[in-house]
Amino acid sequence: MNLNDLLLEKRSAILQKWFDLIIETYPEETAKFLKSQKNQFSNPVGHTILEGIEEIFNEVLGEPDPEKVAIYLDSIIRIRAIQEFSPSKALSFLFLLKKVIRAEVINETPEYHMLEELSVIESRIDDLVNISFDIYMQCREKIYELKANEVKNWTYRLLKKTNMVKEYKAEC
Amino acid sequence: MAKTTQPAKPEELSKIDYTPPATDWLETPVEFKPGTYCHGSRIKYLEEVGFPNPREWAPSDEDWKLPANWKDIILEGMKERLGKYRSFQLFMDICVRCGACADKCHFYIGSGDPKNMPVLRAELMRSVYRKYFTTGGKLFGKQAGARELTEAVLKEWWYYFYQCTECRRCSVFCPYGIDQAEITMMGRELLNLVGGQTDWIGGPVANCYKKGNHLGLEPHAITSNIDYLLDDIEEISGIRPEPSFNRKGAEILFVAPSGDLFGDPGTYTAMGYLMLFHEIGLDYTWSTYASEGGNFGFFTSMEMAKRLNYKIYAEAKRLGVKWIIGGECGHMWRVLNQYMDTWNGPADFMVEPVSPITGTKFENAKGTKMVHITEFTADLIKNGKLKLDPSRNDHLNVTFHDSCNTARGMGIFEEPRYIIKNVCNNFHEMPEDTIREKTFCCGSGSGLNAGENMELRMRGGFPKASAVKSVQKKYGVNMLANICAIDRAVLPPLMQYWVPGVSVCGTHELLANALVMTGEKKRTQDLRLEDLPGIEEEGEGEEEENV
Amino acid sequence: MGIFFSFSMIIALVVIAFAGVQLANMQFIFGVVIPYAAIATFLIGVGFRVYKWGRSPVPFRIPTTCGQQKSLPWIKHSRFENPDSTFDVVVRMALEVFLFRTLFRNLKAETREGRVAYGSDKWLWLAGLALHVTFFVVLLRHLRFFMEPVPFFVNLTDSLDGFMQVGTPHLLITGVVLLLAAVYLFFRRISIPQVRYISLPADYFPLFLIMSIAISGILMRYFTKVDLVRIKALTMGLVTIGPVETDGIGAIFFVHIFLISILLAYFPFSKLMHMGGVFLSPTRNMANNSRIKRHINPWNYPVKVHTYEEYEEEFRDKMKSVGLPLEKE
Ligand code: SF4
Ligand code: SF4
Repeated sequence: MNLNDLLLEKRSAILQKWFDLIIETYPEETAKFLKSQKNQFSNPVGHTILEGIEEIFNEVLGEPDPEKVAIYLDSIIRIRAIQEFSPSKALSFLFLLKKVIRAEVINETPEYHMLEELSVIESRIDDLVNISFDIYMQCREKIYELKANEVKNWTYRLLKKTNMVKEYKAEC
Repeated sequence: MAKTTQPAKPEELSKIDYTPPATDWLETPVEFKPGTYCHGSRIKYLEEVGFPNPREWAPSDEDWKLPANWKDIILEGMKERLGKYRSFQLFMDICVRCGACADKCHFYIGSGDPKNMPVLRAELMRSVYRKYFTTGGKLFGKQAGARELTEAVLKEWWYYFYQCTECRRCSVFCPYGIDQAEITMMGRELLNLVGGQTDWIGGPVANCYKKGNHLGLEPHAITSNIDYLLDDIEEISGIRPEPSFNRKGAEILFVAPSGDLFGDPGTYTAMGYLMLFHEIGLDYTWSTYASEGGNFGFFTSMEMAKRLNYKIYAEAKRLGVKWIIGGECGHMWRVLNQYMDTWNGPADFMVEPVSPITGTKFENAKGTKMVHITEFTADLIKNGKLKLDPSRNDHLNVTFHDSCNTARGMGIFEEPRYIIKNVCNNFHEMPEDTIREKTFCCGSGSGLNAGENMELRMRGGFPKASAVKSVQKKYGVNMLANICAIDRAVLPPLMQYWVPGVSVCGTHELLANALVMTGEKKRTQDLRLEDLPGIEEEGEGEEEENV
Repeated sequence: MGIFFSFSMIIALVVIAFAGVQLANMQFIFGVVIPYAAIATFLIGVGFRVYKWGRSPVPFRIPTTCGQQKSLPWIKHSRFENPDSTFDVVVRMALEVFLFRTLFRNLKAETREGRVAYGSDKWLWLAGLALHVTFFVVLLRHLRFFMEPVPFFVNLTDSLDGFMQVGTPHLLITGVVLLLAAVYLFFRRISIPQVRYISLPADYFPLFLIMSIAISGILMRYFTKVDLVRIKALTMGLVTIGPVETDGIGAIFFVHIFLISILLAYFPFSKLMHMGGVFLSPTRNMANNSRIKRHINPWNYPVKVHTYEEYEEEFRDKMKSVGLPLEKE
């Protein structure tokens, strides 16, 4: 049996474990909520993570298509980028996948070729991490841009055309 | 976890961050996390309106420089308000902690922070109420869910009462109608007694008090700014409306949220008002004195809100108008609908509003004499008084966001939808649990629309953004319409972050796009001065309405 | 731990009653003195609470509107979700009080396998309603102990309630449902993480109390049969404030009545007062007609304002420069 087949076979167990580990990066009370609610709109965070990791997992098993995988990485990272995680913690979820896969493989008393295949898969995950750095930075930059723009937006038209406003918000 | 700069050791990266087991919420102290709270108010803002305890301070400071007797002030304030508001007294007493409201708050959904559950937000104050105002709490203390009022508790109040947008979604789902917005308002009033104001609220309040509007636009700035809007209107349509200001004897006073006068995309909505009123030849006037419909005072204390709201009736009286039309704004209408007449009425110097164009009596506004502009416009359309060409909006695929205040503090659902459906060919509703009385908040209401708390806003707005995203995916929605000035200011960044490709507009922008004005030139641009794609023949968007 | 604390309280109460009767022969205390005291506490306490609520005014008209307002005549008005008249308010309240309308709203759209399925979280609604309805019916049934002759509707309730006709005496379904509903609500409380997190001892205690009352009642009726004739004599004595005979009644009865006394006495100090609160809640019991009719705030007071005159004073020149009309040139 090759590794891909093995992972496909265990797909749902792996996803479940991966999901649980990601959720555990949240404070306990938060984690319980994120796990217990399955509805797309009353628990968009949990829903997005769940949806995203399925697709990411699929990509990891095949030849990842960078554009497609970026969409799903983005959906998860975008949330974590505004959720009080340090950058490393925000992206740690990808390493958790490595951990889950490795545990599965070791359980199976792997043959040598499997370990080889494992290293292929792991380096794919590393590639995803690279992409993720960029995405994370884009998200944070967006936030800073939005913060900076907040003042400008309020007075945009005025600033553009006049200078009459004496005192506008947050002049600091 | 608070600081994003903290370097993690390499081995930590692959490790799971097991946070310590949560302590009982009564004892978990609050931690001020950057991006979730606003700056403290500047001294001059508080001084200008006479709010207590003006000083230099930052919420993250260890020492808040509270007055020495702050505790007495707060407890006295609580006692006074318990006696003045049945809602407050009742809501402190009757919660059964059934949890029906728990997962209904957008801040909880987006952050997962348990203290953002409406019931727990209320318990933050209820626990103190029990300690000082109930026998059980006095006797049994913690077993009865009671706790001392300490500075840490006060900080916690501040942190979480400025993480509630007073949207009332929890109240819809509570079997007793317990409204956390009401408790938050009381909480903010109390905090204001000891100087716990945010800069983003303090500024607009001071400006509005002295200059008539949140931005502090002085009279000449208002008129000239509207002049610029008129330039644009002329460029688009070849017609230059001639609005009047502070004109005595006009039939109608028009009050808009000042946000519509200076910030895009609100300005396009303001252009919409101007074009509509011009087209129907309405005898109306703007006021530079009552140049703000919104009311940030409402986010500080009832008294301050009343002081700001005073100007509308005062100006109507001075100008001798017959009645008032109010523009598209959310909390402005919560105030106009539920508070204005009680505070500053009776409006017996005006007459029952009757549309001069259609003759329709607005019986639902016969007391306050103030009509919502979508009621007014819907009536015009229903009576066939407007010539509309909805195909000019064919490049837009529109959905509608119900603002919390007009939804749950008024119940205005069909009027704007009626307008939109008449001026747009492509309209799609968001999922049922995310609109109308169950609408999710933009995440930035009640004075939380500052820059420094952007992360918080993005979290709070995430549930709404998810709903928008779902219709973007399903129907290709690219325009998010609303009837709220705060929405027009805060939804664009929310969309830019979560749902790029969706713009935001007021309902009257869409209307004015479609409005065929007498004598206008052939339109090649929409109100944003962007070229109308395929003005000749297009209109292939699916006709189906998804209601 | 709230659960443990509340549970031990209940056990202690049961033990007190049992020991008091079995060992100390305090039948009179538990059968007469305590019930009287409890009823007095209940009446005075509830009266005081309601008085206190009623006394604090309703300064503003703040209904939570959950449907289309009444506006133009051709727009369909959602009368009972957004009432504008007293009648509509009464209907809204009735739906709330009798059918728990709001909890019913607790719909949840669930996405399963990509399809949106509108399942719902109606269990809370169902259990809540079951608990309250059966509680009411059980109360009604118990009137037979306090009235002579037993009124027809009490007999009727009894026979409807026993429609299953199993066992002797016939199994009364409401008592069982009451117990089950309380048990469900308890498990709901501890199994949903958010709800457990917010729960206080004051939330577990009433549930345990109701369960133990139901259990002691069921035990009495079906298992350790007690002498109903003597009990009725006692209860009639209580209502008529006549002589009361406590001999020959099993201890379980005193446990039952003691627990009920605790419930009564506890009631006014607890969240159980939510019952009265439903009727008084300003977000539910008011019509959304503040644009039609002025709502009066009894403590409305004059405030400091910035008048037009002051405004013009400050900006006169600037207003003049752009041709704005002025009061004083
Ligand atoms: S829904 Fe109402 S009663 Fe239930 S926990 Fe929330 S506020 Fe309390
Ligand atoms: S009013 Fe809105 S923001 Fe405040 S607790 Fe309720 S749902 Fe949350």
